[in-house]
Amino acid sequence: MAEQTLLNISLIIFLLPLFGFILVIFFGKRFEKIYRVEIGILVLTFILALIVNYFKLTLYPHKDLVFAFTWLNFSNLPGLGDVHFELGIKIDSLSGIMLLVVTLISSLVHIYSVGYMEGDKRFNRYYAYLGLFTFSMLGIVLTHNFLLMYISWELVGLASYLLIGFWYEKDSAADAGKKAFLTTRLGDIGMFLGILILYTQYHTFTFDEIFHQISLGNLPFGSGAWLTAAGILLFLGAVGKSAQFPLHVWLPDAMEGPTPVSALIHSATMVAAGVYFMARIFSMLTADALLVVGVIGAITAFIAATIALTQNDIKKVLAYSTISQLGYMILSIGVGAYTFAVFHMVTHAIFKSGLFLGSGSVIHSMHGEQDMREMGGLKKKMPITYWAFIVFTLAISGIPLMSGFLSKDGILLGSFAFATLTGHWLLPFSGFLVAGITALYMFRLILMTFHGSPRNIEKYDHAHESPKVMTMPLIILSALSIFIFYTPNPVSPEAGWFYHWIGTSETVVPQDLRFDFMKSESPAEVHNEAAVEHSSEEEVLYSTSYMEALHEDHIPALSLSILLAILGILTAYILYEWKKVDVDKLTEKVKPLYTFSLNKWYFDELYYATFVAGTIGLSKALRWFDVNIVDGIVNGTATLGLFVSRVAGLFDKYVVDGLVNFSAFFSGFLGLTLRKFQTGKVQTYVAFVVLSLFILFWVFI
Amino acid sequence: MLHVGLEHFLFVAAILFSLGLYGIITRKNAIMVLMGIELVLNAANINFVAFSRFGNYGLGGQIIALFVIILAAAEAAIALAIVLNVYKTFVNVNVDEINNLKE
Repeated sequence: MAEQTLLNISLIIFLLPLFGFILVIFFGKRFEKIYRVEIGILVLTFILALIVNYFKLTLYPHKDLVFAFTWLNFSNLPGLGDVHFELGIKIDSLSGIMLLVVTLISSLVHIYSVGYMEGDKRFNRYYAYLGLFTFSMLGIVLTHNFLLMYISWELVGLASYLLIGFWYEKDSAADAGKKAFLTTRLGDIGMFLGILILYTQYHTFTFDEIFHQISLGNLPFGSGAWLTAAGILLFLGAVGKSAQFPLHVWLPDAMEGPTPVSALIHSATMVAAGVYFMARIFSMLTADALLVVGVIGAITAFIAATIALTQNDIKKVLAYSTISQLGYMILSIGVGAYTFAVFHMVTHAIFKSGLFLGSGSVIHSMHGEQDMREMGGLKKKMPITYWAFIVFTLAISGIPLMSGFLSKDGILLGSFAFATLTGHWLLPFSGFLVAGITALYMFRLILMTFHGSPRNIEKYDHAHESPKVMTMPLIILSALSIFIFYTPNPVSPEAGWFYHWIGTSETVVPQDLRFDFMKSESPAEVHNEAAVEHSSEEEVLYSTSYMEALHEDHIPALSLSILLAILGILTAYILYEWKKVDVDKLTEKVKPLYTFSLNKWYFDELYYATFVAGTIGLSKALRWFDVNIVDGIVNGTATLGLFVSRVAGLFDKYVVDGLVNFSAFFSGFLGLTLRKFQTGKVQTYVAFVVLSLFILFWVFI
Repeated sequence: MLHVGLEHFLFVAAILFSLGLYGIITRKNAIMVLMGIELVLNAANINFVAFSRFGNYGLGGQIIALFVIILAAAEAAIALAIVLNVYKTFVNVNVDEINNLKE
């Protein structure tokens, strides 16, 4: 299959969901069943994505397929030079695998929603939004430049906003939508500035061209600090989208949306967009930027995991677990374990969307109940959901034989190796700690929901297994959570195709801005396009020292992570299943810590006290200014105008009208006077004539 | 013997004119006004004839006087006819009471 054909198919994949969106949004009211077209479109895109990946992998394993065209051409602008914007798509291993993930999960969610959203009055609109989201997400995945990335980035935000606030009759849903939109927008400002820095220097938005320029030693404004700044600013966009500390507050609230949406957007794909973006720009991140990224990731993972421990809402637990896992991926990018970040992004997308769909199935059967304290004993009622849930939970906890184990272990290993080489021990420490906590809270969720005795008998009696359209995606996703799809060796990701396919992105930043272990063996090596292409083939990781560290640390890191996961699971069983320790008494003992975690570290309150209150205070001050100064000026002008018009009115009334009336009165008076002469008697006239004659005589003679 | 010159004629004519004018202005009765007009016309006739006699103008003056007499006769006929009609309409011939056109 020719390159061009593959690119054409990719374009079709990209545009099909948009077509579906337009179709459903415009004809949704007329044709009730039109959502089936949308589902068909999504399944078709998934099949096409499979085809593209297959041929890409077999025919062009080490080549990036690029299709680009000039979108806007301003030619020569005075003062700016040649200005033209290019749009285009790029198929490489990274976008290929992400293409698969997005279309797979999106189509499964489409199918699942048939059951979950049954009877909703805006059923078709829901599908239209899903289509819009898929289109935008594919834009992020396929783009080969920052411009289309930014456009799709914002479109994804819009779709997310529309879907979080889908049940906008509920105030909390509408508020959550706004919160998500505004919070992510905050990060996007940083991303925008970062793109501007790069564009100012390189006059292009294309990733490859920018990286090529950097590899030639051409830095923004000639300084490495600017490159670091650009990297951190771009990372801010990912902080917003991927809900990293300190902008993570929107994601738990986003669970107000329909549960399949949480599965698709707020756990599997959109929030992974930040990680994907970081993977895309990994090559241009300097050591300082990477360190910032890693630290933020570690902090986020830890904070979110501790919060997830105490939440009672089933979706909130999963939301914080998502944030925590995203923190893992960001941490992984930060420590240079690029492959594992992408790997974890993929496996997490699979099992986390599974978890959300599973929780959706539970919520659906409990008639909208989300509080785990009301559940319990659902194992017997919903066996399929239960077993799928077990698989996903084992995967996220990092138990061997599961996909999550491979990727998470890779991340922990990467951070461990990073620490041995650079001495930043807090990163792996937080990573391992979180691994244990993750197992604990996930099993707490399982035990509270499915085990034990039902706590709300009435709701329990009504509970039932979900329909086939809902369980079928669960089964598919749980199957994909098994290690065998990624590697034949359950403890070594290096043995699998994924590891080889994704490879490691070569960094292009100058030698002195890299971590020591990332420095090339031969500094004189000239980086060019060919070198970038070859890098994945030769599998040259940064340096042998990193590789050695990875190998040395493999066994200890692996055993430690398994040990911690099992420890977490055991704790969960002791606390919630066997009840050896009374949870309430334990809670009482660590009351301050418990409330701190239950209240989500008071982030919302903190932001409310500072940003929200600050904004309200500012608007109050502005209102005062408006009421007193601006309105004062306006009212003053009005009063002045009133006064002037009063004077003008008086002038009009007495002077102008007076003149007019006077002239009328004068002519009337004149008429009255002269009228007396016009007697109508000829004799009088004759007398006048005679009189006049006398006067004339007297005058002229 | 008293010599009768132009002045005497003019003097008589002036008196006659004044009397006529006085009659026109003061009388209420339309007939009396007409009679005043006759006096004024005749005063003019006397002037014409006197100038014709004493001036070197030929007979033009006397001829005009004849015309005036004819005119006066015609005028009297028409005016009296009008007065008769006025009388028929208003039952009197007082000029100051016939003012219907005024309003």
